[in-house]
Amino acid sequence: MTGSIAALPAAAPQASAGPATLDIRNLSLTYKTSTREVLAIRNLSLSVQAGEFVSIVGPSGCGKSSLLKIVYGLVAASTGSVTMSGTPVTGPRRDIGMVFQAPVLLPWRTILENVLLPADVLKLDRDAMRTRAHDLLEMVGLKGFEHVYPDELSGGMQQRAGIVRALIHDPKLLLMDEPFAALDALTREQMALELQRIWMSSGKTVLFVTHSISEAVLLSDRIVLMSARPGTLLAEYETPRERPRSFDDLSSPRMAELSKAIRRGLNEASTRHDAR
Amino acid sequence: MTRDRSTAAPTEREPTGKIGHGMSAVIIPVVSLAVFLSTWEAIIHFGRIEPFIFPAPSKVAVALWSDLTNPDYWQALSITLTEILVGFAAGASLGIGLGTLLALSRIMDRILYPYVVAFQSIPKVAIAPLMIVWFGFGIESKILIVALTAMFPVLVNTITGLRSTDGDRLDLLHGLCASRLQTLRYVQFPHAMPYIFAGLNTAIVFAVIGAIVGEFVGARRGLGVVILKANFALDLAAVFSSLVVLAVIGVCLNAAVRAVEHRVCFWSGKKG
Ligand SMILES: Nc1ncnc2c1ncn2[C@@H]1O[C@H](COP(=O)(O)OP(=O)(O)OP(=O)(O)O)[C@@H](O)[C@H]1O
Ligand SMILES: [Mg+2]
Repeated sequence: MTGSIAALPAAAPQASAGPATLDIRNLSLTYKTSTREVLAIRNLSLSVQAGEFVSIVGPSGCGKSSLLKIVYGLVAASTGSVTMSGTPVTGPRRDIGMVFQAPVLLPWRTILENVLLPADVLKLDRDAMRTRAHDLLEMVGLKGFEHVYPDELSGGMQQRAGIVRALIHDPKLLLMDEPFAALDALTREQMALELQRIWMSSGKTVLFVTHSISEAVLLSDRIVLMSARPGTLLAEYETPRERPRSFDDLSSPRMAELSKAIRRGLNEASTRHDAR
Repeated sequence: MTRDRSTAAPTEREPTGKIGHGMSAVIIPVVSLAVFLSTWEAIIHFGRIEPFIFPAPSKVAVALWSDLTNPDYWQALSITLTEILVGFAAGASLGIGLGTLLALSRIMDRILYPYVVAFQSIPKVAIAPLMIVWFGFGIESKILIVALTAMFPVLVNTITGLRSTDGDRLDLLHGLCASRLQTLRYVQFPHAMPYIFAGLNTAIVFAVIGAIVGEFVGARRGLGVVILKANFALDLAAVFSSLVVLAVIGVCLNAAVRAVEHRVCFWSGKKG
């Protein structure tokens, strides 16, 4: 459980150049359906530094998932741009990993095969990937479950496999869309601590969407608050530098103050939405 | 942890009293069959029903024995089986191939789907005479009839299966820069397998029907011809004997498809 990703074999030659920076400029997104147009995101700008852990909080339906999908290259922005380490993101790219809200494991593949899916699709060296997969699975506590099918695992274990799958090809940027939302409170806290450890040992840039303020405060260097739809940036909160953090640390005066401020901001953002 | 769930799953954790259950699963059908056959025999025997109206099971058994010891019968059987199997394989392949084409290409779908629907609503046995005219009394016309009847359930289910792939799974593959073919291979096809097998289960039954109807309409050899000849000769025991053989073929083929399905779709019915 103490392995460090830095010591693992690099996934692919082109992916070894360290964490990415992310620059989101004046982003807007309009969903066009046959009956109406929905402005989901309006003029959102956000910069993420290399190796930074940034969380996004905001009222439900404010466009957080949409934002991640744009960064991941699944959805095209209506206006504005996303630039990753200097190159514009115009479609899916191999150096971004995504953890979905649901684990989205394929039931006909074992855990190991599921985790190796990116390696198969990207045609990476299978033996090196296998070694890496075993190391990563061990790190998230899934050793011994390599040849088990997903439906034999608990929700938390499935989600951990999902995280390993996102990390397998050593992406420079990790996107996580409420990855722990489906878990019980206790598992959720354990997973957050595990993620903190993974992030600290890998030094990846992470963009993390959550509804949990304590999760955001525990994990993030910076927390950004989005307004109700159409989503735009309302506020940013810096957390103290100390790492690693535990959930007990959150009761320190500074952290408690920060959590309170975020909660207040989130409430305001939500009620403003209700008033319309 | 069991890896081979296809064999492990059904026997695990069954309710208590399993042995009694298993015994009665054998005994009840055997006893009921015995009762059924003896009642049948008794009615024919004591009711003095003429054998050319309805044969007694003992007569059917005798006819079955003489059929199964006759090399000519085996030849007819092998011809019909060939028609069924080759036709089924061709129809299934066509169904899967065409279904994939239609599911993947909007344009092909727009162009071809109306014809597929129109053609599907024609009872395939109605075109059997045409096939005989075009392709003769040989085995080819029957194979074509079987292929056509077997193709449609597979085609429709392939389309449904490929189209019903979960959006999240497609996003997963798309996000990994997967090509169309990779998406098909890694997600859509496996997902569609249970659908395709549901189609194959129907198709194999259709294939047997298609072969026999085809032979009824026009053939020189085969089980259908044997049945027709026996019917003309009012040798109903022989007709029944061939019906028994057909039933056995149907059951075996269906079991074979299900066995393959069980292996291929070992994960289906479980959530991922
Ligand atoms: N495919 C779509 N077509 C039309 N509208 C959409 C589509 N996807 C999302 N929307 C709309 O865009 C808005 C933002 O959706 P999004 O899923 O990004 O919100 P979210 O912040 O992730 O919400 P939640 O916190 O509930 O997950 C919502 O109002 C939603 O109705
Ligand atoms: Mg969302």
